Formats: sequence, structure tokens, C-alpha cells
Amino acid sequence: MLPMKFEDMQEFEINQLLEAIYFRYGYDFRDYSRASLERRVMHRVQQSDLSSISEMLPRVMHDSEFFELFLRDMSVTVTEMFRDPIVFKKLRQEVFTQLKTYSRVNIWHAGCATGEEVYSMAIMLKEEGLLERTRIYATDYNNHSLNIAKKGIYPADKMQVYTESYLAAGGKASFADYYQAKFGSAKMAESLKEHITFANHNLMKDQSFAEMHLIVCRNVLIYFNPKLQDRVLALFKESLIARGFLLLGDKETLEFSEVKSSFETLSKKERIFRRLMYV
Amino acid sequence: MFEAMVVGVSAGGLNALSRILPCLPEDYPMAIIIVQHRHRDSDDFLDKYLNDLSMIKVKEAEPGEVILPAHVYIAPPRYHLLVERNKTLSLSIDPPVNFSIPSIDVLFESAAACYKNHLIGLILTGANSDGSQGLKIIKEYGGYAIVQAPNTAEVDVMPKAAINLVNVDKVIPLEDLGQFLINDLFTTNDVINGGETDE
Repeated sequence: MLPMKFEDMQEFEINQLLEAIYFRYGYDFRDYSRASLERRVMHRVQQSDLSSISEMLPRVMHDSEFFELFLRDMSVTVTEMFRDPIVFKKLRQEVFTQLKTYSRVNIWHAGCATGEEVYSMAIMLKEEGLLERTRIYATDYNNHSLNIAKKGIYPADKMQVYTESYLAAGGKASFADYYQAKFGSAKMAESLKEHITFANHNLMKDQSFAEMHLIVCRNVLIYFNPKLQDRVLALFKESLIARGFLLLGDKETLEFSEVKSSFETLSKKERIFRRLMYV
Repeated sequence: MFEAMVVGVSAGGLNALSRILPCLPEDYPMAIIIVQHRHRDSDDFLDKYLNDLSMIKVKEAEPGEVILPAHVYIAPPRYHLLVERNKTLSLSIDPPVNFSIPSIDVLFESAAACYKNHLIGLILTGANSDGSQGLKIIKEYGGYAIVQAPNTAEVDVMPKAAINLVNVDKVIPLEDLGQFLINDLFTTNDVINGGETDE
């Protein structure tokens, strides 16, 4: 019998782990891009002083606290306010002008992580006089991230960089007006939060929940394989009103997706797409 | 036979890459995947500049893209670049590794799991130790490790760190690297048999 090579064994173990998680908890990571996922899994194995994925499997299966920890690891991403300021500038110029024609506006931040981008959006909406008529739905499947997003408290030392990005994004006031600095942290203003609903939503399995005028989903699809990307994009298409807008991350595209023909490209560089009327 | 080469480079990279890539013919039989540390606000200057300079096609790596020979893929700023086992590229915004995003280790480790002993890892000039761990893993999978001779590097910290940690196969001066990649790599015995043989 040929011994199994270490590297192939790891691949086998990951498959087994993902099947087990799906069976036990209903979270389906099987359609995630595997390389990043594998890094995260191995990171947890090392952090927990385990020697292999197989050794971690019983803990994932039987220890729900450990699974919460695992789940948290699986969605740790780095986000910031006004990431790619030119995108926000473009939104103001091209999309908000259209949103102003509606009396009520729904915006969905899918995969909002720790919420930095949601507050960025709220600030821009406020400055364009749109926030009062807008409801922002900010969703993620990671409750830990959602709690941070809900609190809206971020390290104060990041505010300088965010201020620069705010200005580059076309900010009209003073960024410091939107948060309160205290003990090394910055708490986002209540007047922004009032318009945001944070909720758990899992793009892997949950359905559409409201009609949206704009959906923002940046740097989430890069973690999915084409099959899961198609599922999520179909969900977005279904959730958008006719002529609704979709904003993706700056390396993401509809080019190879099944919904491609249902959208027109409003701005290629900024990855803003618009749902066509009759599709 | 080697299918791909991953390259890690930091400070001084523009010069080093502009010396190496123009040596390669447009039908070069391997894919080359590069992480160059650069400023978070960088645009696509690097890819375009190197493409204009080279016969081989140089482009920014796109998520989901199938890796092809005779192509040079460069990690976009502010994203980790990874190789999937099905020989496609993927990106992530996971936390920085070795204070770096993109991180050389992240590219090298994922590429090693995919290409195993058909992979070459190359560490060039740079000011931190990102890439050493990844190069070590490439060796563990039976791949081939090359490091730019530190005395020919604009900044020698990265090549030195790699040489210290890894039992590298070749240390090559910058001026000889191009020649090595088009000639010696395909003729020298110790290179062809350098990696573990196939099962």
C-alpha cells in the first residue's frame, strides 16, 4: 500500500471537516475558495495547539463554543472606512443622484463584517440629504463581527487615515463631526446608527428579505467559488428593484457569472452595475 | 518539469524585475506569479511598465483566472494572492502576514500545495523576511528554491533571511538570473533532478 502524502492528507482532512460542519451546523463552506479557507483552518489548528485538522474535528463537532471561535476565524477580514475613496465619490456622483428620485431607499450591505463601510455609506448619505429616507440593512453571518459593527466603536488611531479617505471620497464637512473620541477609541454617531439595521444573514443559505435600491457587497465574492458566486449574485438580482444598483469589490466582476446579461455596467473601474429593466 | 515559478520581492523590486523579466521569451514554458510589496495606493503602473518592457505577457492577477504558461501574474496592491489546487488564482483581504498584504508567504505556501515538486520559489531584494517561511514550505513539498545573491540586492535583508532559514538550491547574482531562467534551468542536471522525482 502506498502511504498517503502529507499534502494530500491535508486536503482530505479539510473536505472531511467541511462536510462535518455542514452536517452538524448547516454552515456550508464547501463552496469557498479553498486556498484562503485552508490557511484560516490551519491558523486555528496552530492557535489551539493542535497537531492536525483531524485532531480539531471532534472539538468542532462537540464543543459549540469552539465552533463559535472557528466561525469567527473563518470570516476575519480587514476592512476600513472609505476603502477606495474614488468608489464612494463615484457613488455620490452617479448613484445617489438617482436614489434621490425615490421617496424611500433601501440599501443592503451584504457581508458587512465589522461595519466600517456601512458607516462610511451612512455619512455620505447624510451629506447628500438622503439618510433620512434611507434604511441600511447591514448583514453578516459572523455574530462577533456584527456586534462590533453594531457598537460602532473603532480604534481612534485609525481616524487620521479615515479622515484622509473621507476627504478623498468627497466628504463635505469635518469627519470628526461623525464620531466621539474617548479613551483611545472613536464611537460613531447615533444619528448614523438610527438608520442602520444590523442583522445576521448567511449568503450561503439565506433568502432575499426586502426590495433593495442599492446592494453593496465588496470583497466577499472573492472568497467564493464560481458556483457560490452565482448563487449569491442571483440572490442580489432577485433582491434589486428594476434599475437598482450593485456595487462590488474593485477586483470583482460579473463577467463570468450567470446574471451577467441582467446587468449593465455603470462604471467599470468602480465596479458599479445596474439591473436592467426587463430581465 | 517545472510548471510555475513564484517570486517574492520587496524594496528594490522594480529594478530587479526589470532586469529579469525582459530576458524571458514570449513562449516561456512556465507561469510566473509575483508578489511585489508596494504602497497601498499603488496603481497598475508596475504591471504596465513591466509588460511594455517584456516579450512575455505581464498582467495583474485576477480572481478565478486560470494560470497559463508564458504569463506573468502580479498580485494587486492590498490583496493577498493565492494559488488554488485547480491551478487558478484567488485573492483575499485576510489580515496582513509579516505586516504585508500581499504577503509572499501566503502566495508561496498555497502555490506549494498546488504545484508540489513542479514549483520554483525565487526570493529577490527586500527589506523584511516575508517569503522565507514560504520558501521553506516549497522545499518541503519537493520544489526548487532560488535566492538572489545578497551582495547583488538593493536591500539584502530578504535574501539573507531566506538563505538563513532555508537550504536553498541556488544563490544567483541578479545579472545572471535571466540567463539562468532561460537556459540553465532547462539544461542543468541538478536542476532537472533537483526536485523529488514524481511518484
